[in-house]
Amino acid sequence: MQSIVSISNLSKTYAGGHQALKDVNLDIAPGEILALLGPNGAGKTTLISIICGIVKASSGSVTVAGHDIVTDYRSTRSMIGLVPQELTLGAFDTVWNTLSFSRGLFGKKPDPGYLEQLLRDLSLWGKKDSELMTLSGGMKRRVLIGKALSHEPAVLFLDEPTAGVDVELRKDMWALVRRLRESGVTIILTTHYIEEAEAIADRVGVINNGELLLVDDKQALMHKLGKRQLIMELEEAVGALPDSLSPWSLDLSADGGRLTYTYDPHTAHTGISGLLQAIREADLVLKDLKTTQSSLEEIFVNLVKGN
Amino acid sequence: MNTYAVRVIYKYEMLRAWETLLQSFASPVLSTSLYFVVFGSAIGSRIEQIEGVSYGAFIVPGLMMLALLTQSISNASFGIFFPKFTGTIYEVMSAPVSFLEILLGYVGAAATKSLIIGLIILATAGFFVPLEVAHPVWMAGFLVLTCISFSLFGFIIGLWADNFEKLQLIPLLVITPLVFLGGSFYSVSMLPPAWQTVTLFNPVVYLISGFRWSFFEVSDVSVGLSLSMVLVFLGACLLVVWWMFRTGYRLRQ
Ligand SMILES: Nc1ncnc2c1ncn2[C@@H]1O[C@H](COP(=O)(O)OP(=O)(O)O)[C@@H](O)[C@H]1O
Ligand SMILES: [Mg+2]
Repeated sequence: MQSIVSISNLSKTYAGGHQALKDVNLDIAPGEILALLGPNGAGKTTLISIICGIVKASSGSVTVAGHDIVTDYRSTRSMIGLVPQELTLGAFDTVWNTLSFSRGLFGKKPDPGYLEQLLRDLSLWGKKDSELMTLSGGMKRRVLIGKALSHEPAVLFLDEPTAGVDVELRKDMWALVRRLRESGVTIILTTHYIEEAEAIADRVGVINNGELLLVDDKQALMHKLGKRQLIMELEEAVGALPDSLSPWSLDLSADGGRLTYTYDPHTAHTGISGLLQAIREADLVLKDLKTTQSSLEEIFVNLVKGN
Repeated sequence: MNTYAVRVIYKYEMLRAWETLLQSFASPVLSTSLYFVVFGSAIGSRIEQIEGVSYGAFIVPGLMMLALLTQSISNASFGIFFPKFTGTIYEVMSAPVSFLEILLGYVGAAATKSLIIGLIILATAGFFVPLEVAHPVWMAGFLVLTCISFSLFGFIIGLWADNFEKLQLIPLLVITPLVFLGGSFYSVSMLPPAWQTVTLFNPVVYLISGFRWSFFEVSDVSVGLSLSMVLVFLGACLLVVWWMFRTGYRLRQ
């Protein structure tokens, strides 16, 4: 399938000499949710800002639906909605006016019906005549989303949408993102919360120090890098492990009540059957047993360390 | 052409002025009226006519120019400086608008506001002194050209300034002295010859002279020269703005 956003050899060096992006290549498929995951200062905002036209690239190119973002900026920008990282809003505008402004700015003719529906979806309809400075932080964030959606974009960039947002609003935000994807919008969000990428993304790109370390399906990423752990609760705690279990290099918890076996689920021979057999032969009785998968956080830490 | 964008920028800039009506319109009109009362009525009654025009009427064009210049510059410079300052400019930068469209919206609104102020001042002046406009078309022409060129100039200042101090610097240190020394309150011919020559380096002299001519047919320099100077200034501002557009000056990193 043709990608909706295509980034080739993109680099950015700021006036001060800091290289914020290093030869980034990335293709984004229509309709997907892509999470760009990286610590503060990784270059996430810079990448988004270049695509949206706020920052000039030093080299490389970006196309949106086949149009170049520099030579054909009118086509590309009218397809893009941007929710910035900072809560930047005028103080005295009303919610309704600021959305109408955004829609017009992006070249769409007024459509009060659409804006009303949008405000209702964002639970802001009751606040439509309120001045922006009277709104809470969470509402301001939603107004920014409303502004970004006011011109019915095909691609939505959310720059750290849930930074400093309470748990409930974060869940709302995730639900909103999923609804938007269902309506066909491609969503690129940046985050430094692993749980966020894990919870809503289809694909995850890991970015650090201006380099895109990898991009992969979330599942494949877990598959590729995720170790699995088999955790076994013992009926009776033991002081030490019998020697017969040493081939599996198990972890014994401090209280002696839990065994942890770390294995790679993708190899032909995981050693689980043998382990269970050996446990039975050692006369250990299992009370409970479960497996866990390593989180993106662990994957991420490994990647950044390895880099 | 993204006409919807031009329209919303223009509309919301005008709306902002409307919401701060007192500050936007009432205060320049009030301060100019005070000049009429103090200079025109109190002092003017003791001053002879200048070139056949009563002093009270003589100062009207100059005072209008004073208000137009300062209002155009401050409206336009604040209009673009503020979104830069608060960060809301990101939206304009990421929108499918050309620099020309941004310019039409912001400068158009600033020029409209000062034009309105100029007309209100003109109407107010009529209460204090008998006024007749000899060449209405020329007057309107000077009025509109001045509003546009100085709004452009203000736009440039607003883009250039990266703090409030710089924003006030040029209007305070350059424009106000030039206007006061530009013959608002006197005829250049009243100055000693040496100073008359110096004065000719002040661009505002040409503006006020030409504008005054459109009222009373008296002028310090020929009206053709006045018009040329205004057009030269307008051209210079357009050139600077064009250069800023080419380079993304102070907007795109
Ligand atoms: N306008 C700028 N001028 C100079 N350096 C900048 C500018 N904006 C960002 N940077 C630097 O570029 C790097 C990447 O920043 P950014 O893209 O904001 O990262 P992130 O969004 O991932 O936190 C940081 O080191 C930051 O200090
Ligand atoms: Mg950022």
